[in-house]
Amino acid sequence: MRSLVLASHVLAALGLASMGLLAAGTPARAQEALPHQEWSFNGPFGPFDRAAAQRGYQVYKEVCSNCHSLKAAYYRDLAGIGLSAEQIKATAASVTVPDIGPDGAPAERPALPSDHFRSPFPNELAARAALNGALPPDLSVIELAREGGADYVDALLTGYSDPPAGMKMGDGMNYNKYFPGNQIAMPRPLQDGQVTYADGTPASTAQEAHDVATFLAYIAQPEMEARKRMGVKVVLFLIFLTGITYAVKRKVWSDVDH
Amino acid sequence: MVGLHKSEFANPVINWIDTRLPIFTMMQKEYGVFPTPKNFNYFWNFGALAMVNLVIMIVTGIVLAMNYKPDAALAFDSVQRIMRDVNFGWMIRYVHANGASMFFIVTYIHLFRGLYYGSYKMPRELLWMIGVVILLLMMATAFMGYVLPWGQMSYWGATVITNLFSAIPVVGNSIVTWLWGGFAVGDATLNRFFSLHYLLPFVLVGVVFLHVAALHITGSNNPLGIEVKGPQDTLPFHPYYTVKDSVGICVFLLVFAVLVFFVPNFFSSPDNFIPANPLATPAEIVPEWYFLPFYAILRSVPNKLGGVMMMFGSIAVLFVLPWLDTSKVRSCKFRPVYRQFLFLLVIAVITLGTVGAHRPEGIWVYLGRVATLYYFLHFLVILPVLGKLERTLPLPESISRKVLPGGGGPLPGGAAAKPMEKM
Ligand code: HEC
Ligand code: HEM
Repeated sequence: MRSLVLASHVLAALGLASMGLLAAGTPARAQEALPHQEWSFNGPFGPFDRAAAQRGYQVYKEVCSNCHSLKAAYYRDLAGIGLSAEQIKATAASVTVPDIGPDGAPAERPALPSDHFRSPFPNELAARAALNGALPPDLSVIELAREGGADYVDALLTGYSDPPAGMKMGDGMNYNKYFPGNQIAMPRPLQDGQVTYADGTPASTAQEAHDVATFLAYIAQPEMEARKRMGVKVVLFLIFLTGITYAVKRKVWSDVDH
Repeated sequence: MVGLHKSEFANPVINWIDTRLPIFTMMQKEYGVFPTPKNFNYFWNFGALAMVNLVIMIVTGIVLAMNYKPDAALAFDSVQRIMRDVNFGWMIRYVHANGASMFFIVTYIHLFRGLYYGSYKMPRELLWMIGVVILLLMMATAFMGYVLPWGQMSYWGATVITNLFSAIPVVGNSIVTWLWGGFAVGDATLNRFFSLHYLLPFVLVGVVFLHVAALHITGSNNPLGIEVKGPQDTLPFHPYYTVKDSVGICVFLLVFAVLVFFVPNFFSSPDNFIPANPLATPAEIVPEWYFLPFYAILRSVPNKLGGVMMMFGSIAVLFVLPWLDTSKVRSCKFRPVYRQFLFLLVIAVITLGTVGAHRPEGIWVYLGRVATLYYFLHFLVILPVLGKLERTLPLPESISRKVLPGGGGPLPGGAAAKPMEKM
């Protein structure tokens, strides 16, 4: 009994310590506290909201993909947000990807579901040349690569405004209250009505931001739903196994005075 | 001595093998009937847990290595490929990445157990020192493993830590260049770190074997910290401790599974999802949580060489701990004053861990210095002096006297004779 109490103290201390460390370990990136949003995929069971993710794909395709690559993802990954095989073939075929033609010279061909998402620029220099020296980061794992994840991306996309009076902005820079340093090279990408949603949802800036943040959450962790589903089974099984093992232990030890 | 072993196994195949190579007899002796103190609490699970953890790391690591590419241009993407394109690659990788954290949690608790119950004292000094070697090897392995995904924290963590060697007078810079295989952390560094990251776990297996061999000579300590007096104090390892360890393993796997399946990036830094970029230093370079206390000690000393020496010194004191603690009494149960100091030490280490995660500014600098000071005072001053001054509580006559009022009872099922035990 004594030892259990002790063990619980130690665990509690470790737990507290690690929580402290994690909170402490996060460098002060965002300038303003991020507003927390409701995300379908939060929590131990939450799936991706298919409709939101599909709208988000539309936003990515029509807006973000002009500047940002999604190198780690394939068109076939879109099956995970509910696109049918036909839809995936069609959306892939709507862009061309670089390949080598039958004559051995570089050529373009329509993309296949097994292709990686097409990158807007062949390399970093081309991107910088086209964008006034700025480099748009690859968005494949952007929501894992920023403190706050989907909350951050959503806030960033809606955080544009005129700079406060007296603030000197760099050349080609835009004021954004959630970007570290508040000066971002990305011009405000989303406006009300920027896209016309296929499902008729009114396309406010907030709606577009929320949708594309959902899509990028899926792209960052396409395994998430399978992972959580498997996790539930594994955890239930282990609880059961722990119970049985403990019962056996009690039985085995019942003849020992201790 | 030449001659066949007289095997007692009935199964003819086992008997045939055992006669020529008595591994079954050995297993039976070391893990079957092995006499183990009967009064272990659940703290004695953690050695077995660390072994399980090591096996998990090796198995998942080998599978990762089949798909990973140790090339500065490919490493980051190859890890993404593992996560997305390899069947169950995400699970293998998350098990490996979180396994490193689990390994340190388990090992730190194991080490604390040793401190609390005085397991490092005569005659277990060498056993303890081998344990400290294991800790060092684990740290080296984990450090190099963390470099492999080649994210920003991988790159800059490697840069900061390898740079520490430049504090060595005269030859420091040459050593760093030699470690890097160039004039900066780069492709050559990544390649050699991968090679060593693959090698060291197997060295660990060897050292763990020695750890267990030494244990089976001295026998285990126990919560009372007194030696086993006879068979009435012990139980055969199997089934008593095999089943008790199994309970621990189940709970361990449960915690592990929650991490892997529900919060797989709990311990990871967002910066490591950004590909390594030698031209952009992250806002803050923070090592993995298990290194933070040592990192804090490093930064608590205003002088670089001094800091490096203190950091290595914080492990070196563990090495000579058996001779720093002058008390003959092992367990904290009978050392009321030492126990208070030990809890202070735990607080100091947790404080150091927190300090390590913050920029060395303002209050954190002072907290770091105070905690560092206490860490060294504890080992170098308090322990030697306290052993001479402390009035310890009376020790029980034997383990079974303590647990069975009125003396030892009959032996439960086949407890063997010699006073030794488990890991
Ligand atoms: C005109 C080109 C352009 C478009 C269109 C664009 N971006 Fe960007 N984006 C950039 C550039 C350039 C940067 C780098 C900004 C910097 O580092 O200052 C950037 C940066 C980002 C960042 C990273 C911010 C950080 O914390 O470093 C995110 C996230 C992002 N963009 C998301 C999006 C999303 C989502 C869309 C589509 C709705 C989008 N962008 C559309 C050019 C663009
Ligand atoms: C003592 C045991 C071990 C420890 C503590 C350890 C620790 C680590 C750590 C901390 C990482 C970085 C995790 C990440 O963020 O991805 C890592 C990655 C890796 N380890 Fe290990 N490891 C161990 C054993 C092994 C073994 C035995 C192998 C191979 C035989 C191996 C192969 C790899 C590979 C290929 C990676 C890179 C892939 C990745 O980043 O996920 N490890 N290791």
